[in-house]
Amino acid sequence: MFLTPALIVSAVLFTLGVAGVLLRRNAIIIFMCVELMLNAVNLTFVALAERLGIAGQVFVFFVMAVAAAEAAVGLAIILAIYRHRGTVNLQNINLLKG
Amino acid sequence: MAAGLIIFWVFAGLAVASAGLCITRANPVASALWLVVTLFSLAALFVLLDAQFLAVLQVLVYAGAIMVLFLFVIMLLNLGHPGPPDVKGPGGRVVGVLLGLALLLQLGVLAAATPPTQLQLAPGAMARASAEQGLVPAVARPLFDAYLVPFEITSVLLLAAIVGAVVLAKRRL
Repeated sequence: MFLTPALIVSAVLFTLGVAGVLLRRNAIIIFMCVELMLNAVNLTFVALAERLGIAGQVFVFFVMAVAAAEAAVGLAIILAIYRHRGTVNLQNINLLKG
Repeated sequence: MAAGLIIFWVFAGLAVASAGLCITRANPVASALWLVVTLFSLAALFVLLDAQFLAVLQVLVYAGAIMVLFLFVIMLLNLGHPGPPDVKGPGGRVVGVLLGLALLLQLGVLAAATPPTQLQLAPGAMARASAEQGLVPAVARPLFDAYLVPFEITSVLLLAAIVGAVVLAKRRL
């Protein structure tokens, strides 16, 4: 019953996440946008699980575990960069730019 | 059933609006708090989609643990005050909006698709299964049965993440 509306909402949320990653320069906000995209995908999984069986919900469980691991490691990297460069603005972090 | 649809759209609108505010706020703390609103609304949508256990996990893990971690790092780095605007210039903005629109168009086409009928369960089959087996066993049984190996690998992943985070964030070991 909610399949098409849920897929539309999830598409909009995913696009907002992509727009955030493309438009912002603050590393932490970009990271939050990545979490937003993961959540949009979770919504897709749950919406399809209602029609196609419980496997979708199990996948959401794994996505949450991976997201938690990613948040811990990613924030540690941001912390290390901040200690090194004194900023989290990606404009000032251009070591690999050559 | 119309009431369910109204509740669905209320929470969907809340999720989209707060996601939009999350990506536009200059202050990272405001951004994080709007993201918490999005995550809570998504938990409500999960309940409407017969995934009550995942809704609880969403609130506990995402809105609880992960967002606290984010706020903790924001406070630790003292980024709580709005600095100079960090949104990209006009060129980057145009490219970002165009790419976003293109992606939305593609996703919109996909959203209109329906899964093949021979794969679909009978309507209400999920609600009936969780009523028969219980909310948590309905998710837990496949997790410890068909998906046991990925589940065990997840524990290795979490261990690696813990060690990695400590090594990265510690000043010197």
